[in-house]
Amino acid sequence: MSENVLVGISDFKTAKKPDVLVTYALGSCVGICLIDSDTGVGGMSHIMLPDSGIKKNAGVSDRMKFADTAIGDLVNDLTRAGARKENLKAKIAGGADMFNFDGESFISTIGKRNVDAVREQLGNLGIPILSEDVGENYGRTLHFDLATGGVTVNSIGKDSNEI
Amino acid sequence: MINSYNELQDSHIDVLREIGNIGAGNAATSLSVLLDESVTISIPNVKVEGYDNVVRAIGEPEDLAIAILVNFHGDVRGTVLFILPFEDAKLITQMLVGIEKTDDHFLSEMKISTIKEFGNILGSSYLGSIASLTGLNFDISVPYAAIDMLGALLAAPVIEFGAFDSKIMFIEETFSTEERKLNSHVILFADMPSLNKIMTRLGLEI
Repeated sequence: MSENVLVGISDFKTAKKPDVLVTYALGSCVGICLIDSDTGVGGMSHIMLPDSGIKKNAGVSDRMKFADTAIGDLVNDLTRAGARKENLKAKIAGGADMFNFDGESFISTIGKRNVDAVREQLGNLGIPILSEDVGENYGRTLHFDLATGGVTVNSIGKDSNEI
Repeated sequence: MINSYNELQDSHIDVLREIGNIGAGNAATSLSVLLDESVTISIPNVKVEGYDNVVRAIGEPEDLAIAILVNFHGDVRGTVLFILPFEDAKLITQMLVGIEKTDDHFLSEMKISTIKEFGNILGSSYLGSIASLTGLNFDISVPYAAIDMLGALLAAPVIEFGAFDSKIMFIEETFSTEERKLNSHVILFADMPSLNKIMTRLGLEI
């Protein structure tokens, strides 16, 4: 029996096939799905912000909030759970600008900066991005099926998109 | 000076509740004039919660909702957010601009403009009462609106005000009307330096 494993905001979880990792209603946040297909060990991270540099003395729970700290920590958890780092592949989704804010402010560009930071971090870790569904102005719910490695992206008023 | 939302005590919460009472009371009066119907407001909920619980305080993450957001900045900085269930927003725009077809998941441009203006009026009355109560000066942004999943809509203020903290303070109230059974939320977010200023102006020693 497969179970749904819920990943909250500023959270990450690891699981093993046939479980399904789920995160709801990503706006400008980004969901990062990582899997080692050989072992079926995978994880999902739901980050809010690009860079932990804005907060001094980031605690353990804070590290899950930022792209630059969360992804490395998730990779460490995945290798502890039996994944091989060199096998890991990524799929990412989210990073929208929900309100089409005017001008360049902290919040108007956050979705794009989150996506950029996630790409950079995955690049640093040598993890290839197989597919993505990012940007635009709508929310996304992700179901990451560890049995197949597929990520289903659901949005309101759109057909679901398998990436 | 209080540095983190986590350090807010009951005495602070009481003052913030009063802010919510006065702001939302004023907004409810405007709403009642717009709708030509009496509007009831709930007792303000002042909460300091983790990110997921901000969403849960209003509904389920995937609920279809309309958010109208007004930012304020100047002596103090924050956001007022109105959250309406989609059906309520449809009803309000139908009352204000008349009935159109094609309202499945989205509203026409004209209805979006109407709903923004609606948020603008309510946001201005909410914030105007706080400005006159505290003597603080701030500007109010143009209104922004989006129709989507509740969780995705709330992410904007959650990110902005949760960036430096593991929890968020928000003041939430529910407007309801007897006749048309409208049920909408108004939520105020402000950063901690702004809350310090507001509470000091209201006579609290911090």
